[in-house]
Amino acid sequence: MVEFWAAVLALAILLYILLDGFDLGVGMLFPFARSEAERRRMLASIAPVWDGNETWLVVAAATLFGAFPAVFSIVLSAFYLPLFILLAGLILRGVAFEFRYKATTSRPLWDAGFVAGSYAVAFVQGTAVGAIVQGIPIAHGMFAGSAFSWASPFSLFCGLGLCIGYALMGACWMAGKSDAPLRDFCFRVLPGLVIALGVFLVAVFIWSLLLRLPVLHRWIERPVLLLCPLLGAVAFLGLIVAIRRGRDRFLFAAAAVIFVAAFATLAGSFLPYMLPFSMTIWQAASPSSSLTFLFWGAGVFVLPLTLAYTLIVYFVFRGRIVEHED
Amino acid sequence: MTTMDMTALLLSRIQFAFTISFHIIFPAFTIGLAAWLTFLEACHLLTGEHIYRRLSDFWLKIFAVAFGLGVVSGIVMAFQFGTNWSELSRRTGPIQGPLLGYESFTAFALEAAFFGVLMFGRDRVPRWAYLVACLMVALGTSLSAFWIMVNNSWMQYPTGFSLTPDGIFVPVDWSAIIFNQAVWTRFPHMILAAYVTSAFCVAATGAWYMLRGKAVQEGRAMVAMGLRLAAILVPVQIGVGHLVGDFVHDRQPAKFAAIEGRWNDQQPASEILFAVPDPAAERNRLEVAVPYLGSIIGSLSLTSNEVGIRSFPPQDRPPIAVPFFAFRAMVGCGLLMLAIAWFGAWLSFGDRLPKARLFLAATALSFPLGFVATLTGWFTAEVGRQPWTVYGQLRTADAATPFLSTHEVAATFVLIASIYMLIFGFGVLYIYRLLRAGPVPTPAISLHGTNPSRPLSLPGASPGASRPAEIGE
Ligand code: HDD
Ligand code: HEM
Ligand code: HEM
Repeated sequence: MVEFWAAVLALAILLYILLDGFDLGVGMLFPFARSEAERRRMLASIAPVWDGNETWLVVAAATLFGAFPAVFSIVLSAFYLPLFILLAGLILRGVAFEFRYKATTSRPLWDAGFVAGSYAVAFVQGTAVGAIVQGIPIAHGMFAGSAFSWASPFSLFCGLGLCIGYALMGACWMAGKSDAPLRDFCFRVLPGLVIALGVFLVAVFIWSLLLRLPVLHRWIERPVLLLCPLLGAVAFLGLIVAIRRGRDRFLFAAAAVIFVAAFATLAGSFLPYMLPFSMTIWQAASPSSSLTFLFWGAGVFVLPLTLAYTLIVYFVFRGRIVEHED
Repeated sequence: MTTMDMTALLLSRIQFAFTISFHIIFPAFTIGLAAWLTFLEACHLLTGEHIYRRLSDFWLKIFAVAFGLGVVSGIVMAFQFGTNWSELSRRTGPIQGPLLGYESFTAFALEAAFFGVLMFGRDRVPRWAYLVACLMVALGTSLSAFWIMVNNSWMQYPTGFSLTPDGIFVPVDWSAIIFNQAVWTRFPHMILAAYVTSAFCVAATGAWYMLRGKAVQEGRAMVAMGLRLAAILVPVQIGVGHLVGDFVHDRQPAKFAAIEGRWNDQQPASEILFAVPDPAAERNRLEVAVPYLGSIIGSLSLTSNEVGIRSFPPQDRPPIAVPFFAFRAMVGCGLLMLAIAWFGAWLSFGDRLPKARLFLAATALSFPLGFVATLTGWFTAEVGRQPWTVYGQLRTADAATPFLSTHEVAATFVLIASIYMLIFGFGVLYIYRLLRAGPVPTPAISLHGTNPSRPLSLPGASPGASRPAEIGE
């Protein structure tokens, strides 16, 4: 049961990163659009899916509280201030999406909220990952740091990195979804983003090994794990080739594989620890009476339904966006 | 036990009260509206009269906006358990985690499967299937409310758990937790509150149209249907409220004493209609009381002994003023709604409504009554539960995130409050524009590029946006 819920949680987080990642990325590239028509096309590329994407964040949070309350309580309180910024960002983004078309004179306000919200959400998430890798101070099962424990050069660097990564996914997504000129715009920004992400990934890999020496032992003990970064490297090369040849259909897939590889690398480095190296999934899990209770409704029924729904939406809205007059 | 800063604790409580009060406004409205839409669809299917279809199209737009705002504000609620109440979530997580998990998952399942049909399926599915979708959304919102009420009732009356030595609540009997005695009265009380609230919103809107001489036919239908429904539901609600009160009397005597404003044990007890409690002097000022009535209400007898707040040690007493006044506000709204609903229902048989302009004005102004009763009801229940978060088991001071400082809580409070004001200000403005525009036919919605689960997008362009000269933002 514990393993089942850990897998559900991992899947929810991974899906969230892949899905909301690209629409946050679109939000970050939004201010660089040159005309209202281009902005509308950008929004149209994510309009049908963005809030379904965000659903996975709430699924992840509900799973975390439902199955691993110890980690829920530590992580949410440890990131007290940044989490509220994330929530504020999510609200502004979500509402801006709808209100900008209803507004008469306040459209710039909602656009600004959309952009600022996207950056804030991405940055906070990256920072949180960095801080968790670095280790959250814990005593007696409670967070034992201060309001700013999460802020360190390493975690802020991770925040920046995730912004780059999401922006890259956003550009890849739009390139596959649109025709010129938005497509040209994407191909203009992609090379810079790819280089930046490459530099970031190498730097963060080395930096985290320096910070967390025990990780190195795990890599030596379990050499299979090396497959993950290898896969990432292959996908990276694939991405570069696809950009050079203008193969827009492969871009997003390649970027997604890079993210999956990075996620697997991270998970491989720390499992079975949920909070490295102080709390394992078994220490964090609720008693089995709780997990079983949750399993029979949520695990068997709701999760498959939500997955199926996600697939259906993406199937219905596949293909490129077409112009239509407003 | 904790070293928490008391101001930070107080601010956390106010922050939670603020965000959930904002949240409940929208579910209270949408739970009822979903049922109302189902009712209209059923009438349309059975009678084939076109007016039901027009009404249903109109209220669907309002429903969409309110639902969207409910979702956005609900997400904040879920996170607050971890941010501000980390000890509560750590210690009761094995019980509250799955319950709240079920709440969110239910909301998703419903949103995923039927919300899209409701919003975009009008002309794409058969009429009976559309009715089923309405029904499922109505059931789904009620189910969502059920899990929340289960969770809150467990906090009011914790059962079915055991405590580990380090203070973790472990579930031992889920059926005792879910089918908690308190749920059986509190869940119907909440659902009825939502229905009554929506019924009054519908009736008030109708009365407003009748007064303005606009959409008069629809307006009359709304007033008649809303008030006749309320004429049945409000008395039931008052009866259920009495049962809720009985439960409080038996299980949470300190809260009951606070609601009654009773300082000392009394036999036979009188019922205080009005007073100004003075906590410093531990007595009431300006008291108006009816002898014997307190014993009758509390125990259905003329001689019972009713407990006063001074029988509890000071550290176990809830604040008095809030439960005392909030309860009276709720009951006052209830009685006022009863009067309006009965009088209006009587007027509506026969043709007297259009001439009763004064009554229509009163009805048009009555839309806040349900919201006020719902909010003050929750204030009674939640403030009266203090100083406990899990009644008798976990004190509020021990439930909060221990290390938070006043500055941190104040900062997040200001942030959330200002964003809420902005968002909800515009949301309410938008609902108002829809209401003012009335049941006019809207241009067909193109499905292209729109997401079935995107509630706010349904109404298309704002009715105000097409007439900028008139609105001015
Ligand atoms: C699932 C649980 C739950 C539910 C459904 C509600 N509450 Fe609550 N409420 C809490 C869980 C809670 C809490 C987390 O347990 C708090 C925070 C601190 C405390 O002691 O209780 C609380 C406190 C709290 C307070 C502050 C009391 C005080 O500190 O003096 C108010 C005024 C409300 N709530 C109002 C509401 C309203 C208007 C609700 C209607 C939706 C509501 N509550 C539903
Ligand atoms: C602490 C208490 C609460 C929490 C944590 C909470 C959480 C949430 C969340 C996360 C959502 C959005 C779900 C989605 O994305 O679809 C939501 C919506 C909703 N909530 Fe709450 N909620 C709380 C209190 C309540 C109460 C007291 C009620 C009613 C009795 C309620 C009824 C609903 C309903 C019906 C919805 C669907 C949206 C709507 O109709 O507005 N919630 N809630
Ligand atoms: C007029 C007679 C009424 C009585 C005697 C009554 C009684 C009560 C009592 C004793 C509580 C506190 C429950 C607790 O502490 O758990 C309560 C809560 C509440 N009341 Fe009422 N009530 C009445 C009318 C109404 C009306 C008309 C509404 C709304 C339309 C309403 C909505 C609520 C709500 C939403 C709550 C909080 C939820 C709960 O605790 O169940 N009440 N009521």
